Amino acid sequence: MTEHLPALQVVIPLMAAPLCALLRPGRIAWMLAMTACTLCLLIAALLLERVLAEGVISYAMGNWPAPWGIEYRIDTVNAYMLLLVTMIGAVVMAFARPTLEQRAHLSKRKQPWFYTTYLLCLTGLLGMIITGDAFNVFVFLEISSLSSYVLISIGRDRRALTAAYQYLIMGTIGATFILIGIGFLYVMTGTLNMLDLAARLPAVADTRTVRAAFAFLTIGISLKLALFPLHLWLPNAYAYAPSAVTAFLAATATKVAIYVMLRFFFTIFGAQFSFETMGLDAILLPLALAGIFSASVVAIFQTNVKRMLAYSSVAQIGYMILGISLVSVTGLTATISHLFNHALMKGTLFMALGCVSYQIGAVRLDRLAGIGRTMPWTMGAFVIGGLSLIGVPLTAGFVSKWLLILGALERGWWPVALLVLLTSLLAVIYIWRVVEVAYFRPAPEDRKIGEAPLVLLIPTWTLALANLYFGLDTSLNAGVARLAAQSLLGVTQ
Amino acid sequence: MQILGLYNYWIFIVLMMCGFYVVISRGNLVKKLVGLNIFQTSVFILYISMGKIIGGTAPILTETATVYSNPVPHVLILTAIVVGIATTALGLALVVRINEAYGTIEEDEIHAQSEDEAL
Repeated sequence: MTEHLPALQVVIPLMAAPLCALLRPGRIAWMLAMTACTLCLLIAALLLERVLAEGVISYAMGNWPAPWGIEYRIDTVNAYMLLLVTMIGAVVMAFARPTLEQRAHLSKRKQPWFYTTYLLCLTGLLGMIITGDAFNVFVFLEISSLSSYVLISIGRDRRALTAAYQYLIMGTIGATFILIGIGFLYVMTGTLNMLDLAARLPAVADTRTVRAAFAFLTIGISLKLALFPLHLWLPNAYAYAPSAVTAFLAATATKVAIYVMLRFFFTIFGAQFSFETMGLDAILLPLALAGIFSASVVAIFQTNVKRMLAYSSVAQIGYMILGISLVSVTGLTATISHLFNHALMKGTLFMALGCVSYQIGAVRLDRLAGIGRTMPWTMGAFVIGGLSLIGVPLTAGFVSKWLLILGALERGWWPVALLVLLTSLLAVIYIWRVVEVAYFRPAPEDRKIGEAPLVLLIPTWTLALANLYFGLDTSLNAGVARLAAQSLLGVTQ
Repeated sequence: MQILGLYNYWIFIVLMMCGFYVVISRGNLVKKLVGLNIFQTSVFILYISMGKIIGGTAPILTETATVYSNPVPHVLILTAIVVGIATTALGLALVVRINEAYGTIEEDEIHAQSEDEAL
């Protein structure tokens, strides 16, 4: 049984998804979906434990040996990512049910479909992480993308529809670029297995086809991970999607795209080709810095708090790309650590906002006046998430910022380290704007709102406490992240 | 001669650029989807071309044939075709809903209406 865990990781949500569509009422479907998510989390934890103890797991799908069959290959990097995605998946699934049932956001008949789509999206993300086959990445990418377009379009606001459409156009262009890139690699090597590709590429690396493949893959993946200036789909999609969907996508979708980028640049092409021959770091570094700076500034001027956090996500993605462009163990550790920490903080922030919109029905900044006193638990979680986002010591966000600054100083790039600190101050400003309105402005007299229900507070606080826990115990988000970075760079301890 | 010999790759490039241009330049949401479709279809031609071997037959074991076309890219592109259909269907469904919500499928008119809402 345990040797089939890699397959079950993807098969369980995939099989649960159509079953959810058949179940009525929504609550029963939710119970099945929740069970599937919990099982996935359990499997991911077991896999990570096994990888750390025994090393890489290779699983031949359908018993077809690699490189002909599809290989699922789990090393430290993707075991860590699997745990992250399944954890967020389970927590947000618990959060999603009340927000859907409230004020008939989705009619009873449609609720099971939401869980189906959500599970399909989870399947796609897990598949992208676990697979060791380049074409399989594209297939799972499209599964997760198509379902996330649907999830976004469920938003109450009609602008959610145009946001979903815009994401569909840009996402499809990105995915098609990835498809072209993979095609070129296949032409040159005749294989799709990642390890096989890595072994055969050096012999043909100095050809225009491989360089073109590299370019197509870079652009395609950058579109999916919303690298500045290819981030235009992200703010609207996150701002108008339902709260639970925003929390889920913000914490997982772009992170998985960054994982795919790491896989292609480090495992398949190899760090030497990507960064020395192609000079990718010279492109990523300025884009990352420009993204961090401009998105943080734009975030300060937003009146919709969800949109503000969406721009902040673009800035945070910049930090992760900055870590990649340092091309060192410390830099990569910072990136991989920030993948995890950013998922925790943005999950907390968007779920806290979900609680707010559940009670008030809006997330406009001026409508939040005085809710710090009427909704102390919700705003308490928001503040913890905000502190983590800024990178205050004792929170998870501090760990990755610290590593990033260390990485920059290691390379002697002190202006970069300085910029990281400066842009953290910009984060202070936009988080403070919310805190100021929520705690120091009087609530309107006529409004009678109380604290959000417990079913919403429990998942929100689970992630909020995780922010504090992983700020103190860094064995996973810095320790395992370092092992993952070393395995990507091929450095032995 | 090489340029003529690789004509299917040239068709791929021309189609891809046409599709891409339509996606960027048109403001009508349906026309954008048509462009996206052409863009995706061009990649099908790329994959199908790369599997073909001149003089090769279908990949079936027979006594007479020794050269076979590579079936793998064709199988791969079947998956991508399915994805393309799903994307188009979903895109069109979104356009229908946008039309219901805004009463138009012209990008600039939708944009103008959204601007009003933001104020």
